[in-house]
Amino acid sequence: MTGEQEFRGIESGPLFDRTWHIDRVEGAAVQGLKDTSVEPLSEPLIEVPDDLKGNLVVTSVDALVNWGRKSALWPVTFGLACCAFEMIATAMGRFDIARFGMEAFRASPRQADLMIIAGTVTWKMAPAIQRIHEQMAEPKWVISMGVCATSGGPYFGSYSVVPGVDHIIPVDVYVPGCPPRPDALLFGVMELHEKIKKYHNLRPGSRNVPGGTLAAENP
Amino acid sequence: MPFQALTGEALADRLAEAVPDSVERADGDCVWVEPSQIAITAQFLRDDPGLDFQFLNAISAVDFIDSFDVVYHLTSFRQQHKGVVKARLHGRESLSLPSVYEVWRGADLQEREVWDLMGIRFEGHPNMKRIMLWEGFDGHPLRKDYL
Repeated sequence: MTGEQEFRGIESGPLFDRTWHIDRVEGAAVQGLKDTSVEPLSEPLIEVPDDLKGNLVVTSVDALVNWGRKSALWPVTFGLACCAFEMIATAMGRFDIARFGMEAFRASPRQADLMIIAGTVTWKMAPAIQRIHEQMAEPKWVISMGVCATSGGPYFGSYSVVPGVDHIIPVDVYVPGCPPRPDALLFGVMELHEKIKKYHNLRPGSRNVPGGTLAAENP
Repeated sequence: MPFQALTGEALADRLAEAVPDSVERADGDCVWVEPSQIAITAQFLRDDPGLDFQFLNAISAVDFIDSFDVVYHLTSFRQQHKGVVKARLHGRESLSLPSVYEVWRGADLQEREVWDLMGIRFEGHPNMKRIMLWEGFDGHPLRKDYL
């Protein structure tokens, strides 16, 4: 048969004639594979090129997890008073909190790791703060920014101001100032990073305690 | 200064002929109005074409220990003048005076604020409750005797 006749056979005729060419090509491929695969393949090997060998690092789970957590600490959008302006300035280009992977201020507490209490906490606002803190997923951290959030500041003793936000939620880092400059807030953020690096994540019950020892475990 | 400040005497003269027995006294800055007449007075101050106080700047209150002054700052943009009207309440307990909510809707939140911080009720206000402090708060913290 010539090629022209095979071509015409695919176009028309019984099923056998139309598929004959396809089956023959497929059979040739199978036979070729059978003929060439005469020996079993060895185990797959990961070959590290010589120029990469000096760059491999062995690390612990703690260091890796803590590094991951501290390197993308997303704050929840939460400005209470004038300290919020310094927090906004921290996020802008001059101070640029994006250097720490923190530029994504989330509008939902479900997606945030860090709450920056930026400003005066009034008692009427306190239930909302507590609820937003509870809505944040573990692990979560809190920075108390400015003297108002830390202790009430100039409003200490007032009828309407919480004397320190640590009365309603636990606080990790206190940043003093009225308001703190963005430098100070960045320093507080870096202190929080150092704190996160000290977590022992595999020890049971030690998730929220840097250094990994609970007071109950430590007689 | 685009706005001319009307003296209390000028306001008192207009009020005395329109709303009888409404003026208690007047000085160069403001006029004191009988507290029970404050709503009628406010209606006149707003609707009179010569006074035309369409805009209520603020309602505030002052504690004088034995009495309270409720202060209304008013402005007319068409007449380009402004005036101050006060109502003096004697005593410290169960103070109240008529609301001007029906005259100036902007009085809504400010009367609630005066009630919240100074403890002066406004009769006829549709939503007379605390605005900044929480329900159940004890006392009115801007009073002189609040500690």
